Amino acid sequence: MTAIPAPRSDRTNLMLVVLQLRTFVALILVLGFFSYAAPNFLSAANAVIVSKHVALNALLAIGMTFVIITGGIDLSVGSIVGLCAMVAGWLVLNPVDLGIGYSVWFDTAEIAGLVALVGIAVGLVNGLLITRLAVAPFIATLGTLYIARGAALLLSGGRTFPNLTGDAEYGTQGFPFIGAGNLLALPMVIWLLVGMGLVAHYISRRTTLGRHIYAVGGNERGAALSGVKVNRIKLFVYMFSGFCAALVGLVIASQLQASHPATGETFELNAIAAAVLGGTSMSGGRGRIGGTIVGAFVIGILGDGLIMMGVSSFWQTVIKGLVIIAAVVIDQAQNRLQTRVALQQEAAIGK
Amino acid sequence: MTEPHPVGLSIRGGVKVYPGTRALKGVDFDLRMGAVNVLVGENGAGKSTLMKVIAGVEALTAGQISMNGQPVQIASKSDAVALGIGIVFQELNLFPNMTVAENIFIAREPLRLGFDIDARAQSDAARALMRRLEHDIDPDTPLGTLRIGQQQIVEIAKALAQNARILILDEPTSALSASEVEVLFRVIADLKAQGVGIVYISHRLEELIRIGDYITVLRDGTITGARAMEGVDIPWIVRAMIGEGSKEFPRTEAPRFGAEVFRAEDVCLPRLGGGFTVDHLSLSVREGEILGLYGLMGAGRTEFLECVMAQHPHATGRYFIAGQPLTERDVAGRIARGLALIPEDRKRDGLVQIMSIRENITLSALSRFARLFHLNLDLRAEAASALDFVKRLTIKIASPDNPVSSLSGGNQQKVVIGKALMTDPKILLMDEPSRGIDIGAKAEVFRTMRRLAAEGLGILFVTSDLDEVLALSDRILVMADGRLTGEFPSGAAPADVIAAATRHKLKDHAA
Repeated sequence: MTAIPAPRSDRTNLMLVVLQLRTFVALILVLGFFSYAAPNFLSAANAVIVSKHVALNALLAIGMTFVIITGGIDLSVGSIVGLCAMVAGWLVLNPVDLGIGYSVWFDTAEIAGLVALVGIAVGLVNGLLITRLAVAPFIATLGTLYIARGAALLLSGGRTFPNLTGDAEYGTQGFPFIGAGNLLALPMVIWLLVGMGLVAHYISRRTTLGRHIYAVGGNERGAALSGVKVNRIKLFVYMFSGFCAALVGLVIASQLQASHPATGETFELNAIAAAVLGGTSMSGGRGRIGGTIVGAFVIGILGDGLIMMGVSSFWQTVIKGLVIIAAVVIDQAQNRLQTRVALQQEAAIGK
Repeated sequence: MTEPHPVGLSIRGGVKVYPGTRALKGVDFDLRMGAVNVLVGENGAGKSTLMKVIAGVEALTAGQISMNGQPVQIASKSDAVALGIGIVFQELNLFPNMTVAENIFIAREPLRLGFDIDARAQSDAARALMRRLEHDIDPDTPLGTLRIGQQQIVEIAKALAQNARILILDEPTSALSASEVEVLFRVIADLKAQGVGIVYISHRLEELIRIGDYITVLRDGTITGARAMEGVDIPWIVRAMIGEGSKEFPRTEAPRFGAEVFRAEDVCLPRLGGGFTVDHLSLSVREGEILGLYGLMGAGRTEFLECVMAQHPHATGRYFIAGQPLTERDVAGRIARGLALIPEDRKRDGLVQIMSIRENITLSALSRFARLFHLNLDLRAEAASALDFVKRLTIKIASPDNPVSSLSGGNQQKVVIGKALMTDPKILLMDEPSRGIDIGAKAEVFRTMRRLAAEGLGILFVTSDLDEVLALSDRILVMADGRLTGEFPSGAAPADVIAAATRHKLKDHAA
């Protein structure tokens, strides 16, 4: 086979490129608009502040992207954030009775590990409900949304865990560093986002696991008949999403040096919005980690920029909604165009 | 002087073109009223397309339809209903969540005051229809609880309720038991007496001869025979169906069969409501052998392959690969042992449409390109290997990174074959390998099968195309009602094979 350059007009070509990079184009547009309309927007200090805001949503959206690519949805991430923040707070303030005669105080690393396990465990429950008990993802994760939120409230009786400054005696003096510390002049959260973004991107592009995630979302039956272990793939994506949510919970507890059981309410909707804005298809099979992160930035910059311009937060909500709908409409247009171009190419050599 | 059976509907020069294929190539068809017009032909010959044109589901690309001498436009299903044309599809178009009466009157509910559904009138009318069809089905039972045969009766009742003057029955008996078939035939005779024109499509040739008044045979989108039923016998039908000069795919060298590579023993798949879809089936395939498994719709061929591929957890049976028992219970394990399936429905089972050609070809064998605990994919090796298979199978593509959905049917099929071959199978299971692809691509797929067999691969292929099974197989097995009903060497007489496939049901599965 030789790659035969198919004849297609330059205009279609250009259109397609613009459409494919639409999230990026949108990012440049909002950046350009706000640097013109809101003074000080383009300063380095502001860039760091905005990035810190965006990073939390982007982390959730990374996990959400994998779930949506398999054709599922994870509504429980916001509650996992809350639960994990509460677990982190509780472990900082309280020793754990292991039932062997004395209690143990965990240090920062151990707390981070345990919190991550909590997130992964909720994800595992989601995955098992969906694969073993055949509960629809929307329902399964709606259920765990309530359960995890309730558990978060039960943990403190609805109260806030205050003053999570850590204590050198128990090895938790480093706890505030997770959310508030800087490394090489950048906040830890941003490093976390960079790290998770690279890992997730690598998984999606360069591993069998990643390829199988796309295959499951594209055609579950076909993937199963091709030998893809569909259930295992689904378990992974929900556990990964739970892990991402746990990180966010940990970061928030550390940033605020307090954890409140309502932490993370409606975060799941922002995460879905970022993924969709970044080109992830709700029907599964399509989506990129890079796109999702750019999508999270578009939403975040839009929000912060409008605040700096002094636009009412009510209008901000309306504008966010409009942007999401516009993104999906453009997505459909791109799909149609792409299909047409590919068909033309194949028809050209079919003669 | 009037004819006993006036022509009620006729098509002149009917042409229907789908992207990639011409399903009807200038068809002249007369439908006679007060008679049973049987329509016969192999799968893909154009029978269903022709009926869809009459029922308004598809529009003719060129040609003219007229009724009682007047040209008519049948642009939609509702146009057809207004003209008194009813159709009972092969696949049932019913709502399992609604009652029988609701199904019969769907979208035509009897109303009071224009909005209130008259449930009693609806039930009464449904009950009357059921009496007419001699079936004791309560109109208020949910449809989903009925057996398939009973559902078929409901579908027929639905067409009758619309006072159809022309009734098209597409393989109505494929799901019916012998006694239900008798009832259906009585209903057909009754309708005939009332002057209804009936089109009857079936693969069961004896059935056609028994109830048909006129016969039309289709082959590759053209009509190869149309006459009154007097004097028609099975050999005449078979000749018209598959032609004198059968399409040949000659073997280039004499086959050399090796040791047995695959054996299935006593495979059973229970059917809902009793009986078996696959009924104690055993067979074996040798290296380099092409074994053709022939059977009509609903014979259980596809289900058998699905059992082999671990798709039915309730199935029982034993499998051996090269003499070693196959104990793996999941698809991945069975693929690893050397089984590969090319499914019947490419779109649904074979391909991930939105993924690229390359990603589809390598999907089953992806771990081969993985390093470091299956984590790191060697993308360059993957691309090279995909390209290699594209070349070997002469798949015509512009770029391996285009979505697989942009390819023609034949090239898509080759992608599926490539995907299966990349796992280094010992035995290839192919379900209707030529479905939905044109003649040229078909020949190429068959040549590929021959070459693979010559290289020592065992091939078990399933088909409902007589021509294909005769031309391609080294050995032919015939399946009917889930059981093997015949075994023939290559070069068997077509009539024998058909007879085995249409053998009357020995047992009545009626409840």
